[in-house]
Amino acid sequence: MGLNPFQAAWFTTTLNSMLGWGRKYSVFHYPYVTACCGMEYMSAACAHFDIDRFGFGWTRFTPRQSDLLLVVGTICQKQAPILRTVYEQMCEPKWVIAFGACAVSGGIYDNYAVVQGVDRVIPVDVFIPGCPPRPEMVLDSLVKLQKKIQKTDQDWRWKKKATS
Amino acid sequence: MEEKSDVLSDLAARVPGAVLETSAPLGDLTIVIRPESLFEVAAALKDGPGGFATLLDLTCVDFPDRPDRFEMVYHFFALSGLRRLRVKLRLPASEPAVASLTPLWKIADWMEREAYDLFGVTFIGHPYLRRLFMNEEFVGHPLRKDYPWRKRQPVIPLRTP
Repeated sequence: MGLNPFQAAWFTTTLNSMLGWGRKYSVFHYPYVTACCGMEYMSAACAHFDIDRFGFGWTRFTPRQSDLLLVVGTICQKQAPILRTVYEQMCEPKWVIAFGACAVSGGIYDNYAVVQGVDRVIPVDVFIPGCPPRPEMVLDSLVKLQKKIQKTDQDWRWKKKATS
Repeated sequence: MEEKSDVLSDLAARVPGAVLETSAPLGDLTIVIRPESLFEVAAALKDGPGGFATLLDLTCVDFPDRPDRFEMVYHFFALSGLRRLRVKLRLPASEPAVASLTPLWKIADWMEREAYDLFGVTFIGHPYLRRLFMNEEFVGHPLRKDYPWRKRQPVIPLRTP
């Protein structure tokens, strides 16, 4: 067979970088909006701030078609199993942003009903503080997420065959 | 004030001995009644001369230091005269129970379920007395003052971030 090109280091790193470049500019997001931060998400997504400029154009209304889960708002204990189901329905690779103070830490709702941060339910990549966060902070977090996606060790179809 | 005395005299005629105290803070008539006469008082208010045909709100207050710990508060509204009436009654700490108003107002259904869920007040005659906000497995009543304020009852096991 000779040299397997997929084991060549140069090819691997280049393909990894190329996949990261492709994935970071076509993030389909799924807004899981439960509270007032949804207004701020809408203003960030609409024409004034327009997250489409950064490659977050498509809002998908099913988790099965999306790469990025935006948890926007308060998650109460009763909502936690639903959020986990939604997260598990998403295909790999997937990322999560906790949007606003309630999603980050429970916010002002330190009580019997509210989950103290969605990272108690699902893994989170980027946290956006603020009550609600400014659209500029949303854009900043999206750029940070893009950097993270670019740096990630990407998973692709032939990789496991090559390494195993 | 004549209208208010009308309401009171009608109540005294139809449900004698029900009203324990009256006051009028901020201009709204407030009466404290015996808990067992709630249903008769509410029915008398609904078709009485005051015209209090609307049940605005129904809630509970927990006073842990009082012997009669729970205070139910009912707000009635008369659309004809744009007047409000507040009815209060006091319930004991152990097994608080009061008559349900769902036969008179359908809106009382969910509000009584809320008071049952958060305070543990039982409403006798309610068709479907079940928790409204919290999940079914929840233990205790979270708005009681003796509920530990940091106590959490997760529905699913939470992960450690």
